[in-house]
Amino acid sequence: MTKIHEPLFHLAKNSNVNPRRKWALRGIVFVISFFVCAIVSVGLTGKGMDYFFKYFFEGLFGSERNAWNLFHETAILLLIALAVTPCFKMKFWNIGGEGQVLMGCLGCAVAINFMGGKVSDAATIIVSIILAIAFSTVWAVIPALFKAKWNTNETLLTLMMNYIAVCLVNFFIKSVATSGTGILVFSNGVVGSIFGNEFVLKIIVVAVLTTLMAIYLKFSKHGYELTVVGESPNTAKYVGIKTKAVIIRTLVLCGVLCGIAGFLLISATNHSINDTSVGGRGFVGVLISWLGQFNPIFMAIMSFLVVFIERGSNALANGGISLGESYPSIMTGIFFFFIIAVEFFVNYKFVFREDLQAKIDLCTAKIKGVFSKKKQVEEIENSNKASDSVSEEIVEEAVEESAVTVEENEEIPSTEDVEEKEGK
Amino acid sequence: MKKKVIAIVLAIALIAAITVGLVACNKKANNGPQEVELPGYNVVEPDYSDLQFPADFKVGLITLHDKNSTYDANFINALQSVKAQFGLSDSQVIVRSGIDEAEACYNTALELADAGCKVVFADSFGHEPFMIRAAQARPNVQFCHATGTQAHVVNLPNYANAFASIYEGRYLAGVAAGLKLQAMGKTNAPKIGYIGAFTYAEVMSGYTSFYLGVKSIVPSVTMEVTFTGSWYDETAENNAAKNLINRGCVLISQHADSWGAPNACEEAGVPNVSYNGSTFESCPDTFIVSSRIDWAPYYKYVIAKVLRGEAVAKDWNGTIANGGVKLTNLGAAAADGTVAKLVEVRNQLALGTLKVFNCANFTVNNEHLTSYLADINGDFVGETNVIDTVGSVTFFNESDLARRSAPYFDAEIDGITLLDRNYGD
Repeated sequence: MTKIHEPLFHLAKNSNVNPRRKWALRGIVFVISFFVCAIVSVGLTGKGMDYFFKYFFEGLFGSERNAWNLFHETAILLLIALAVTPCFKMKFWNIGGEGQVLMGCLGCAVAINFMGGKVSDAATIIVSIILAIAFSTVWAVIPALFKAKWNTNETLLTLMMNYIAVCLVNFFIKSVATSGTGILVFSNGVVGSIFGNEFVLKIIVVAVLTTLMAIYLKFSKHGYELTVVGESPNTAKYVGIKTKAVIIRTLVLCGVLCGIAGFLLISATNHSINDTSVGGRGFVGVLISWLGQFNPIFMAIMSFLVVFIERGSNALANGGISLGESYPSIMTGIFFFFIIAVEFFVNYKFVFREDLQAKIDLCTAKIKGVFSKKKQVEEIENSNKASDSVSEEIVEEAVEESAVTVEENEEIPSTEDVEEKEGK
Repeated sequence: MKKKVIAIVLAIALIAAITVGLVACNKKANNGPQEVELPGYNVVEPDYSDLQFPADFKVGLITLHDKNSTYDANFINALQSVKAQFGLSDSQVIVRSGIDEAEACYNTALELADAGCKVVFADSFGHEPFMIRAAQARPNVQFCHATGTQAHVVNLPNYANAFASIYEGRYLAGVAAGLKLQAMGKTNAPKIGYIGAFTYAEVMSGYTSFYLGVKSIVPSVTMEVTFTGSWYDETAENNAAKNLINRGCVLISQHADSWGAPNACEEAGVPNVSYNGSTFESCPDTFIVSSRIDWAPYYKYVIAKVLRGEAVAKDWNGTIANGGVKLTNLGAAAADGTVAKLVEVRNQLALGTLKVFNCANFTVNNEHLTSYLADINGDFVGETNVIDTVGSVTFFNESDLARRSAPYFDAEIDGITLLDRNYGD
């Protein structure tokens, strides 16, 4: 007899899971990751959980400014994630968000540098918006043209263009700044506070853009077309969608949003430019876009969680005990590890070898039995009413189920065991 | 099975070897070279005994890197010592490390102010524009920036700069190096080497004063300088030191923050003068002495001023006399009699009878300086004459408080050869 070797378990696509359950699972995993962060921090500081929570939440909501800044950072990150989302939905792997936003920053900086203080602030601001959008759009459309015309690999091109953008920014700073610190600071022609609040403008802008983007992707013809181009280029061709035009149009949209992000960063936030003005948000934005399933609302939640962990752990790292400057990265790493890992369990399921599955069913039955008994006791205590029948039914069903599978494999002498333990 | 056993045995052997190796490294040689104590200068500290600290009085410090950088550690440790001296609690002293020279600095400064800090310090040159913005946004909080140049330009009531006459410390370190050259018998036109980060006034002032210190003992000495283009690049500093040693330099000093140069010197057995802290622990055979800035006197000065409701001076300068400029203990490699000589020269510097940049002691293009335009307002173009004459002594008046505390000596004097230049691009 030849023995067929069957693996203990294999993986299968888990396609028909209730989306609400998926999000519940993600929520639970976020809470777990947060507690792992807490445990690691407790281990490192040698202080209790109260220390962790005190500094973590003080950093987030300790002052009015901190709380505003939390939502402000979320907004900026979300905007950049929004910019790259249509590209990804179209399966155009644009990982050049960082460079595209940085070019927007550069366009904005060019305008402020040459106009700031010389003409009215309003004129400077208008020109800087236009230049920021123009620079970003050019940077986003170049790879789109290459893709549409010659079908070049957009991943490599967009990635490399990030580094070119960094060089261009440095070149600009070096050629106009007299000091050698690699940063250019502006005092005129920038957007200041609105209603005495420096954050609210950006939060409103991003909220509006998020809504518009959600509508665009879900309800507009453009949104539908880019999804079709992404899902099946042949279908797109067949139904008469101009694929090349869609690619370029989508990247123009991406460029415009990146330009707005660059403008908001330079003119309304930093009032200065250096080669790290975007600070890696272009790459985190890609992650956010994916983790949020290209849904602007979920992306907003994801951005908030990332900023939540980052700012909280930053405050903690600088609390009473200094944990070093790399500490926030470790915490964000833990967070992403969990959040990305859960995607695997959401999308795939384990299928066990039959005999193993039988054992597992048995255990589940036992656990169910214990729970239903507990329930039983509680219910008796509560209402003095015997509701055995219902729970017994469940147990019997479970046991029957396992018995069916067990029959096939006689090695497992379990039906009696179960019955014994069930007290029959 | 056999393979498994062999693998396990090998693994155990490896672990044992590593353990033995690590333990052996940790063993401290008690009979090795010993440090030589240099008595501290008798600093007369202002009277701070009357200071009353309200429970909500807080001090904040923003640093570019964390404690792993010698430069930032120097700031953090000084603040901890002030905290201990003034009896401040953990919650009254807030240190925020790893703050970039960008928007993060402005945000952090405001967060510290909002957290109740009455004084906020920042330690890196590039923090300055953001500290100024923060000072404008929070007029009730005192912002102090070390190494900055703009306080007297922007002229805000709550923004101040500070630096130290570290060139005096480097001059002293140079004297110790000169004595070492003498003890080594290298008095006939010896060549020494110096590794700098950038070709800025801060570094140029430093190596020139070091050279003049050596020259005061060994008049025929010459020096070669090379720049790495980074404040912290262990490999580049290590290679630069090796290069200088190969070029025939018999003594090395550096102005950069890593252990690259001291380690290269220890390997090659070449004496080394360090900066920002003693490297004696790792380099016991070659470490001579190190100069450093002690920021504690400045912290105390500002805290006292703010508590008393008095104005903080736009520029503050640490000196030997006020305790801002210090030398570490001497390494075993220092020559005999160094302590006595250092104490003598140090007293002269503190009293002002000895000027480091006495124009009689150095020449530029074979001429003694009679006037020199230095950049005081920070636009990198010289505009202010900084050659002063007091009594019969004409000297380059470095770090003069009437001008600014940050160094501005950037003349290239005879006897020093710049092998390369690096302005940071």
